[in-house]
Amino acid sequence: MKTSDNRDQALQLANVSRRSFLKGIAASGALVLAVSWDPATAESEPRKYGADYMAHGWVDNPNIFIRVARDGQVTIINHRGEMGQGIRTSLVMVMADEMGADWQQVHVEQAIANEEKYGNQDTDGSRSMRHWFEPLRRAGAAARTMLEQAAANQWQVPVSECRTDVHAVVHTPSQRTLSFGSLAAAAAELPVPARQSLTLKTPDQWRYIMRTSNQPLAIDGMDINQGKALYAADMRVDNMLYAVIARPPSYGSRVKNVDASKALAIAGVVKVLELPSVTQPSGFEPLGGVAVLAEHTWAAIQGRNALRIEWDDSPAGDNAHYDSEAFRASLESKATQPGKPVRQVGDFSQAQRDSAQHLTATYYAPHLAQAPMEPMAALVSIQGDHAEVWSSVQNPQATRDGVAKRLGLKASNVTVNCALMGGAFGRKAKPDFVFEAADLSKAMGGRPVRVQWTREDDLHHSFYHTVALQHMEGTLDHNGQVSGWLHRILAPSISSQFAPDSGHLSDRELTQGIRNMPFDIPAIQQETGEALGHVRIGWFRSVYNIPHAFAIQSFVAELANAAGQDHKAFLLELLGPDRQIDPRTQGENWNYSEDPSRYPIDIKRYKNVIERVTQEADWGKTMPPNRGLGLAVHHSFVSYCAIVMDVEVTPTGDVIVHQADIAFDCGPQINPDRVRAQMEGACVMGIGIALMTEITAKNGRVQQDNFHQYLIPRINQVPRTIRVHAVNSDLDVPLGGAGEPGLPPVAPALCNAIFAASGKRIRSLPVADQLKS
Amino acid sequence: MISVTINGQPQELEVSPETPILWVLRDFLALTGTRFGCGMGLCGACTVHLDGTAIRSCVTPISVAAGKNITSIESIENDSVGQRVQQAWMDEAVAQCGYCQGGQIMSAVSLLTTTPQPTDEQIDNAMSGNLCRCGTYPRIRKAIHRAAGTESLSTHTNGSQVQANDTLFREVKV
Repeated sequence: MKTSDNRDQALQLANVSRRSFLKGIAASGALVLAVSWDPATAESEPRKYGADYMAHGWVDNPNIFIRVARDGQVTIINHRGEMGQGIRTSLVMVMADEMGADWQQVHVEQAIANEEKYGNQDTDGSRSMRHWFEPLRRAGAAARTMLEQAAANQWQVPVSECRTDVHAVVHTPSQRTLSFGSLAAAAAELPVPARQSLTLKTPDQWRYIMRTSNQPLAIDGMDINQGKALYAADMRVDNMLYAVIARPPSYGSRVKNVDASKALAIAGVVKVLELPSVTQPSGFEPLGGVAVLAEHTWAAIQGRNALRIEWDDSPAGDNAHYDSEAFRASLESKATQPGKPVRQVGDFSQAQRDSAQHLTATYYAPHLAQAPMEPMAALVSIQGDHAEVWSSVQNPQATRDGVAKRLGLKASNVTVNCALMGGAFGRKAKPDFVFEAADLSKAMGGRPVRVQWTREDDLHHSFYHTVALQHMEGTLDHNGQVSGWLHRILAPSISSQFAPDSGHLSDRELTQGIRNMPFDIPAIQQETGEALGHVRIGWFRSVYNIPHAFAIQSFVAELANAAGQDHKAFLLELLGPDRQIDPRTQGENWNYSEDPSRYPIDIKRYKNVIERVTQEADWGKTMPPNRGLGLAVHHSFVSYCAIVMDVEVTPTGDVIVHQADIAFDCGPQINPDRVRAQMEGACVMGIGIALMTEITAKNGRVQQDNFHQYLIPRINQVPRTIRVHAVNSDLDVPLGGAGEPGLPPVAPALCNAIFAASGKRIRSLPVADQLKS
Repeated sequence: MISVTINGQPQELEVSPETPILWVLRDFLALTGTRFGCGMGLCGACTVHLDGTAIRSCVTPISVAAGKNITSIESIENDSVGQRVQQAWMDEAVAQCGYCQGGQIMSAVSLLTTTPQPTDEQIDNAMSGNLCRCGTYPRIRKAIHRAAGTESLSTHTNGSQVQANDTLFREVKV
């Protein structure tokens, strides 16, 4: 095991095949691979957008997704990852509704990894419903058409006289009916109707889609509530070993010596294996370390505790000395120097010379760990030239391809079973934990091995949300209007995970709120400064939108205050006249993969969510002492979200969040209750980011071990009232994302409210005890 | 050999006495509804009842349960309060990823068994040991009120959650 060379595998992972390349881009952030790829020039074929753009695109063949049994049971395949967003309910609901199935007779079956069969399965970027609503409506409609044709054939009547009622086809003139079950065999013999011949249901015919109360449909609800739902750690097979791994404390360090004698003396411990370390950039490669394999989890944990390991930090280089506080100071000193230009409009220096006021502010946002409640777990078993995987991953196909590559198997000989994810938030888009299980099973001659991460493992070895320092300057003219805007960001790039670190954010990362910033300002200067990564950096729900929105939306409030104007009025003024901006005119060629002509930046939609949320929150009302309202708006994942927070700052410096109002425009809400749930959840997570959640490092070690140090909100720390207001939820605009866009505006809205309540401006997250004393 | 009753079944267990109840349930008895989240009693995902009292099974050795009754999420539907809580969780569509919800439900059943009509403060006290990263807390609170029959102040309108008035707000120290 020690001799196997994983460096080659790391390189292979990072190298560009056309397909893995696209998958990389797909993962909601940006790989450096993406930077070098200018879609306008790199390919002669026409640029593809949306689901067409994704690896393996989309599939709408009903035979792939829908089965009808003779007893009438309808089985619908869900091929996207379920991590709490409710996609197993929502996509199945779309197909069931279009085909006319009765929900009580619908079963869901989770697809294994197989993008060639199912189309893209990479579940991130808030795109499952956005990309799959139309194809899966067609799949449902095609199934309905085939059932109607089978009934018409049996009755020997024109199919035009047949219609589908609930789970049955009706011959309208005679009112005869045939159940779905009785038609199943005949319908299965029929050809799939041509796509263009399908008649989709009209919205008034829908029974499940876009209904405001879909709670009873929750497909896994009772299984969850009864403890029957299955996650990766619940998977077991005969003869399975349980593994827990001691990983190198710094990114890149390796085992120098290990004394396993005490570990091997623990009852139940079977074997101790040393794993190869990584070289950077390491992509999704496991970090290496020492694995303890045992007959049960507790023995493996005990065994790991008993290991005596001496680490060699020299391969980690600077990472072994990473000190997040010192790093912050170094970024602060660099932030005052000019950076690398990103976008320039007008002349900021001139605006500064002509200004009545010139404001400068520096904002800091720390590392975060996704910390899904389910720590990572994966089970791999190898038999001959076939491997079987059971895990909870956001990207099943990358997992399958990666396992196949490292085991030297054909991808078609690797089966990846997808259990529910107990939360993911971007962490489970990186299958390093599955690769660990594959390596260990291989080392054990194919014996099944299930790797279990502990919470300490999760917090110490995350793919962390970036740390970001942002230097902002703004100028106001003599009318109190913003005449100039400078935004300089220094933040490690996710690209550093996949290619030599350029030290600058990639284009894709800058499109998450900076390049596509819509403000109507005469002079805009956006720059990046150098910031190297010292830990693994990865996607975290809404990714770079978090720091970008924090700086931009806080600074707008600061400028409004300096101008002596109401924040809401000032923000609307800054957005300028109603218009649709083609993001390409701002050098923004990503647009979350969507066609900029279908998904322009729409100022009217920005204003709609601002108007709605301020109306609902009664913006401008007189507030009790020490209490204030704060506003923020952000556009991400082609959706629009504005939030007003009602916050109290007590004389002792405690922050009480009384209420959150959220106005959200993601276009049509296919499953409105789950959209609302995503907004509520994003609000809670965002309150944590604003007030308490932070990863720090010292001497190359992450300092937070568990939830007593890595603080996330508890029930007594979030508002009892979180109100979600749907805006523009009709079918007149294309679908936007829902899982991520609720998060970015939370922290700036909350910090703006703190300012309104206390006069104290928060420029560094989290608030923690900054308001004390 | 340790004798315990688990979900009504007497069990003779051959495990080392310091093994946490969590791993006995999960690895030895394949009762996987009790979840591992932190291993330090900080997140509540592993909550079970020991003689009716909610405990964190990840930090409670099996030896402590000798001669006692352990109830896990798999059998809480046999309890009338448990059944009511599970149904309230469905009615409010509480779960997102669901991983923590077994523990949440076990804590809620324990609360409602001792305090049939809890105030919001009592809900905070009883439930603040159970983390939910998906952020389902507002619905957990509503579901507990629903199970207690005290949900009259909460209504749904127009896709928004509207609560009656300011008196529901409470002091929260961060």
